[in-house]
Amino acid sequence: MSTKKFLYVNRKAPYGTIYALESLEVVLIGAAFEQDVSLAFLDDGVYQLAKGQSTEEVGMKNFSPTYRALGDYDVNKIYVEQESLDARGLTLDDLQPLTYEDEDDDWAEKDSIKVVSTAEMAEIMEQSDVVMSF
Amino acid sequence: MSQLHTVNKSPLDRNALESAIQHATKGNAVLMIEDGVYGAMQGTQKSAIVSDAIGDISFYVMGPDLKARGIDEARIIDGIKVVDYSGFVELVAKHDATQSWL
Amino acid sequence: MKFSVMISEGPYTHQASDTAYNFTKAALENGHECFRVFFYHDGVNNGTRLATPPTDDRNIVNRWSELAEAHKLDMVLCVAAAQRRGIADADEARRNGKDADNIAPGFRISGLGQLIEAGIQSDRLVTFGD
Repeated sequence: MSTKKFLYVNRKAPYGTIYALESLEVVLIGAAFEQDVSLAFLDDGVYQLAKGQSTEEVGMKNFSPTYRALGDYDVNKIYVEQESLDARGLTLDDLQPLTYEDEDDDWAEKDSIKVVSTAEMAEIMEQSDVVMSF
Repeated sequence: MSQLHTVNKSPLDRNALESAIQHATKGNAVLMIEDGVYGAMQGTQKSAIVSDAIGDISFYVMGPDLKARGIDEARIIDGIKVVDYSGFVELVAKHDATQSWL
Repeated sequence: MKFSVMISEGPYTHQASDTAYNFTKAALENGHECFRVFFYHDGVNNGTRLATPPTDDRNIVNRWSELAEAHKLDMVLCVAAAQRRGIADADEARRNGKDADNIAPGFRISGLGQLIEAGIQSDRLVTFGD
């Protein structure tokens, strides 16, 4: 089976709607298909990666820890847009760190998140074969 | 690679059109569908984001969605092409990938 | 060319299912092939045969069933999304101890892998949602 470049585009905040959660479910299932997978977080999608999510009082499932498992699924190209962070008064420190172990580098722990500009994000989109938006 | 971006939100309500245009590279196309067709109108507070990008990006709007909303084609920004569902299919076929700005 | 379509919203509230239907119909009429129509999120609500819209309105569910019948379309409801929203076929109903099923003709229930496969196997994947 041929390998395609899959890009999952996340532009919506978590909890207000189910899209972030169900998008993550697609990414986890899709990881088994050994495609070239990247995730894009832009616009309100950057809120999905916010640190310190606690959902006990709203009575919903807190799915933010699941993002930290992505590295174990070999999903380690996670692009976050700088301009989207800026527009929301956020920095990388406001997001939970996501890491993976690089098998080509003696399993060294590396950051999965890469902060990119709008122009770089546009190029990542341009290079994708299949773009899934939720 | 060349991409087709579809936008189905009014630019006066959401930033989908603006974000799509910012992420469309030269030679890409933007197709406005459903409530996205309001983005094709002249004289709105958001018309400039489209008219400023025409040239580098090709713009299309769904005729059936314009008609449903009572928008006369005469009020569409110059340079935007009106298509029907067959035209939509052709645009998808012509571009390497389609991205929906939901 | 081989297309697949993903629909992320239910019928009537959003135009997504209408646009997806018009798009898919036009693609088939123009000689293209449709590999799969995948229903996700509230899109699974397009697959209940219990919908009873007013007679002067379009019947979105029946329209999909008829298109599937005419073109042998593969219409898949995501199982996880369907379970959340109470859409079941006979097997799913039995497995989850429900007293009824409600899936409409032409639809089947399967996993999210079907969506990924559609992305791999099709020349184009087009998403319709909100």
